[in-house]
Amino acid sequence: MTNTHPILRGAKFVVFLGAALALAACANKPGAGGAGGAGGFGSGVGSASPGSAQDFVVNVGDRIFFTTDQTEISNANRATLDKQAQWLQQYPRYQVTIEGHADERGTREYNIALGARRATNTKNYLASRGINPARIRTISYGKERPVAVCNDISCWSQNRRAVTVLNNAGS
Amino acid sequence: MTVHALDNGAAAGPRRFTRMSFGAALLFAAAFVVATVPFTQRAEALIELDVTQGNVQPLPIAIPTFIGGTPADAQLAADVSGVIAADLKRSGLFLPLDQASFIEKITNANQTPNFQSWTVIKAQALVTGGVTRQSDGRLRAEFRLWDIYAGQQMAGQQFYTTPENWRRVAHIIADAIYERLTGEQGYFDSRVVYVDESGPKDKRVKRLAIMDQDGFNSRYLTRGNDLVLTPRFSPAAQEVVYMSYGSDQPRVYLLNIETGQRELVGNFPGMTFAPRFSPDGQRIVMSFEDQGNANIYAMDLRSRRTTRLTNSASIDTSPSYAPDGSRIVFTSDRGGSQQLYVMGADGANPQRISFGQGSYSTPVWSPRGDLIAFTRQSSGGFAIGVMKPDGSGERILTEGFHNEGPTWSPNGRVLMFFRDTPGANGGPQLWSVDLTGYNEFKVPTPAFGSDPAWSPLIN
Repeated sequence: MTNTHPILRGAKFVVFLGAALALAACANKPGAGGAGGAGGFGSGVGSASPGSAQDFVVNVGDRIFFTTDQTEISNANRATLDKQAQWLQQYPRYQVTIEGHADERGTREYNIALGARRATNTKNYLASRGINPARIRTISYGKERPVAVCNDISCWSQNRRAVTVLNNAGS
Repeated sequence: MTVHALDNGAAAGPRRFTRMSFGAALLFAAAFVVATVPFTQRAEALIELDVTQGNVQPLPIAIPTFIGGTPADAQLAADVSGVIAADLKRSGLFLPLDQASFIEKITNANQTPNFQSWTVIKAQALVTGGVTRQSDGRLRAEFRLWDIYAGQQMAGQQFYTTPENWRRVAHIIADAIYERLTGEQGYFDSRVVYVDESGPKDKRVKRLAIMDQDGFNSRYLTRGNDLVLTPRFSPAAQEVVYMSYGSDQPRVYLLNIETGQRELVGNFPGMTFAPRFSPDGQRIVMSFEDQGNANIYAMDLRSRRTTRLTNSASIDTSPSYAPDGSRIVFTSDRGGSQQLYVMGADGANPQRISFGQGSYSTPVWSPRGDLIAFTRQSSGGFAIGVMKPDGSGERILTEGFHNEGPTWSPNGRVLMFFRDTPGANGGPQLWSVDLTGYNEFKVPTPAFGSDPAWSPLIN
């Protein structure tokens, strides 16, 4: 071993690692906490007063499901989204976020795009039913926030979803 | 760290000294003194590597436990030689021999071995060495590499460093041995950034973490407040580009590991994801999602100008540059299913290259340029494989329930990826496999780990 490059290489890593430590101390920011409402089914049974978030989840249905790799709005989904549109027109105080999700049987980056497309298609359908697109925000979680964690098709199909979350439901 | 070449008795040339010092605040603050003594001649490499070949016969190598300078140093010395042996074994190119078979007992780090006694046990190379904690608190580590059949020393070096640096010294020695015996660049003194995962499957906390390539010395780069995904190193290994949630939309961010500064990449009116650096470090290529379609954009880091590279009503993502920067491989479902395409770095002339069973994603161009690694999803599960940039010569290296997201070792010989396990308590763990597909190892991490990205070599 006569050349010096491994050592030079090591020298730079000294800088590199020292910095990594320094970073651990300061690289942080309180954020939106990532997917706070991503799974939230809202344990809504019982008294769901009209116009409440529970009412929306229980009596309207806050989510639609997709078959593998599909992003189109099915007939069954249309029925749910028609009810969502009707409800949102009745309660115009709500802004919504549509969260698009994928199941875990896909790779991460593609699934993020897939979730985005599901959310967008859902938004576009609601808009076509008269909901002002300005009230609708979309976000994709890809496969990052499953609601069902078993290992078979019954779970995967629950995870391929678009969830309409009421943003200002707490107010 | 101080390094001296250990002479094998041949004529010593003039010594050159280079001194570089770093601030005391740094973790491994140490002055490096490099001394080189030219050897008389280099023997031939003992291993001929052919990366396209499916199988390589590993070279039998004897690595007796390193000698402690004092009895108190014995454990540390044994730990150093243990890390060296583990590095070489995991490469798949070396077979460290069972120490119980050794005939000669090495008792002195500087003794010339009795080559005959190593020939008998069919060792082709021998590594001897020692570790001593000196009175000034520094650690001295030394090794010699012997060619058994030629009966001569092939390499020898002496290192002075702080005791907590012992794993790095071991990796540097393993690299020196690897390079001397294969004629190729080593990769053991390198790092991996990855995503540390904790908490229940439906509410995972994800943090960026960085560790040595063998899974040791793992530490966090973020605290887990925001969901973070897909970190990738810059070519200088000083920065990591990654995707982070936490603001209105998940976006691509750049994290300077040295300063801890984080900045948003680009000014896109929506989600950006799947980032990767260009080989010259001047650009970041990534996907921007708009109206349900994802297209690939490149952003020049100096001018901040963005260039749109694909324009399709489909999902185009996971771009990865060829090492010469001339082409980009990416995933697209423009043909109906996810497949791999190669286009010019300016977006020209996209050509589909994957034609096997199933769908293909997460392409990564080898740093050697000769292969593209990918994830292939089919009815059988998720496989990691490689193909040539024209799509020919596809080989699957590992497959099972879920393998995803390969990243290349800096010398293009080994892939690291993550393997997920099913069910509520399942989770991803990091694995490595060499290009033969025969040498597969789990990379230990403190918790679940995913999305590994190997650092480049720092020259």
